[in-house]
Amino acid sequence: MKRAKFFIEHKQFTIFLILALMIVGVAIFAPQIAPKDPLEAVMLDSLKAPCAEYPLGTDKLGRDMLSRVIYGTRTSLVMTMCLVIVIFVVGTLLGVLAGYFGGILDEVIMRVADMMISFPGLVLAIAIAGMLGPNMVNAVIAIAAVSWTKYARLARSMVLKVKKSMYIEAAIVNGTKTWKILWRHILPNILTTMIVTAAADIGTMMLELASLSFLGFGATAPTPEWGLMLNEGRTYMAKAPWLMISPGIAIVIVVVVFNMLGDSIRDLLDPRQE
Amino acid sequence: MSKKQIGKRFLQILIVLFGISFLTFGLTYLSPGDPAEIMLTECGNLPTPELLEKTRQELGLDKPFLVQYWTWLRGVLTGDMGMSYSMKVPVVQKLTSCFWPTLKMSLLALLLMIVFSIPLGILSAVYQNKWPDYLVRGVTFIGVSVPSFWIGLILLSIFGVQLRWVNVAGGTTDFKAMILPSATLALAMSAKYTRQVRNAVLEELHQDYVVGARMRGIKESVILWRHVLPNVMLPLVTLLGLSLGSLLGGTAVVEIIYNWPGMGSMAVKAISCRDYPLVQGYVLWIAILYMGINLLVDLSYAYLDPRLKEER
Repeated sequence: MKRAKFFIEHKQFTIFLILALMIVGVAIFAPQIAPKDPLEAVMLDSLKAPCAEYPLGTDKLGRDMLSRVIYGTRTSLVMTMCLVIVIFVVGTLLGVLAGYFGGILDEVIMRVADMMISFPGLVLAIAIAGMLGPNMVNAVIAIAAVSWTKYARLARSMVLKVKKSMYIEAAIVNGTKTWKILWRHILPNILTTMIVTAAADIGTMMLELASLSFLGFGATAPTPEWGLMLNEGRTYMAKAPWLMISPGIAIVIVVVVFNMLGDSIRDLLDPRQE
Repeated sequence: MSKKQIGKRFLQILIVLFGISFLTFGLTYLSPGDPAEIMLTECGNLPTPELLEKTRQELGLDKPFLVQYWTWLRGVLTGDMGMSYSMKVPVVQKLTSCFWPTLKMSLLALLLMIVFSIPLGILSAVYQNKWPDYLVRGVTFIGVSVPSFWIGLILLSIFGVQLRWVNVAGGTTDFKAMILPSATLALAMSAKYTRQVRNAVLEELHQDYVVGARMRGIKESVILWRHVLPNVMLPLVTLLGLSLGSLLGGTAVVEIIYNWPGMGSMAVKAISCRDYPLVQGYVLWIAILYMGINLLVDLSYAYLDPRLKEER
C-alpha cells in the first residue's frame, strides 16, 4: 500500500521507470519479439522498402531492419550498462581513496584526472578505441578512460567533507579498521549523489558509444548496433532512406527515456531539493 | 590573472601536454598490428622479413619505447612531428593544411550556436514556467538526446539527396558546402548551451540586487539589459570555452558525414590505417588548441569583470 502511494506521488518517475523497463524487456526478450534472425541475409530481398513482410525494410544484405533494431537495443544497453558501472566503480573508488588518504596518492590520482579533464574527451576516446583496435570492449574502455574523472572528483570532494565529521573521528578513536570506516561510514554517505550522477549519465554514455560505433571504432559488423547500422546505411542514402530512419529514432527514444528517468531520479534523491 | 598565475597555468599546460603525448605514444606501442607491415602492404609490396626489418629500422620502431618517445619529443620541440606513414608528407604540413577547413567550420558553428542559444536561453529564463520556457526546454531536452551524426545524416539526405541543394560527395570547402556541417555541429551543441544559458540567467535573476531594483520600480527591461545581462557574461564565456571540447570532438563525426577535408576526418582515416605519427600530431595539436583557448577565456575575465582587474 505504501509502495503504491510512492509511485502515484512521483508520477514522472513512475512513467519513465515503466518505459525504461519496457526497453530493458525488449532487450531481454529480443529473440521472442524479433520476427526474423537479425543476422540472416536474404540477398534476394536486398534493400527492400518497408512492406508487410519487412515493416522497416531491409539492408544491403537483405537483413530485416526491424529485427536488427530490436536486437540493437540489447547491444546498446549491455554496452552502456557495462560502461556506466565501470566508470561508477572506478571513479568512486579512486575518488574515495584520494579523498580519504590524501598525500601522494591524492596528488597522483587528481593530477591524472586534471590531465583527462583538460582535454576534449571524445577526441581521446576516438584515439584510444582506434589504437586498441575496433571492438565493443575497447570502445567501452576508451570512453571509461576519459569519463571516470568526473566521478573521482565528485567522490573526492564529498569524502573531504564527510571526513571532518565527528562520527568519523569517533570511529578512528575507537580503533575501527580503515576499510570498515570507508565501507560503513564514508561510502553510504556519498552513494546517493554518485548514483544520481550515474543515472543522469546513462543517456550521454549511450550517445558516445553510438558515435564511436558510427565512426567504426566500436561495434563491428555484423553486430546489430544502431550507430554501426547508420554508418552502413549511409552509403545507400539515396536508394534506401529507410535505413537511416529506424536506428536513429531508436537511439533518440531510448536516450530520451533514460535522460528523463535520470532527471526524475535526481529530483527524488537529490538532498538539495528537500 | 596575475603574472604568477599565468606562469602557473603555463606550467600546468606543459605537464598536461607531456602526459597526453606520453599516453598516446604508449597506446601506439600497445596497439596490435605492426605499422611497418601495414605501411608496406598499403604500398603494394609483399612484406618479406628482410624488408620488414629494414622498414622498422627506418621508422625507428626497433628501438626501445622511451628512446622512441624521446626522439619524437625532441622533434616536436623543434617543430618536426615526423613523417606520416600513409601519406608520405610531414605531419606538420598535413595538420596545417587540414586545420583551416576545420577552423572555418567550427567558427561558423560557434557563431550559429551563439545566435541560437543566447536569445533562446534568456527568453526561457525570463518567461520561466510559462509557455516559451516549456517550449524551449522541451526542444532542448530532445536536442541533447539526438546524436549529432543522425542530425547530420538527416540534413544531408534532405538537402543533398532530396532537394539537391548541396553536393553529397563533399570534398570542397566553399561557403555553401560549409553551411550543413556547421549547422549540424551547432544544432548538436546549442541544446546543451541553451540550457546552461537559461540556468545562468535564472540564477542571476534571483539575486538580491534584482529584487531590490524591482522594488525601486525600475522597469523589467532595464533590469534585464543593464543589470542582469552584463553580469551573466562571465559564466556564459566560461561555458562557451568548455563547450569547445565537445565542438572539437564533434568535428570528427560531422566531417566524416559530409566528407569535409578537415582534421577530424583526417584523424579518423589516420587511426584506421595506423598512421601513428599523424594521430600523435593530431592529439597534441587539439590539446594545445583546447588549452590555449581556455587560457584565453580565463584571461578575458579581467576585461569582463572589473573586480578581478582591481585585485591585481
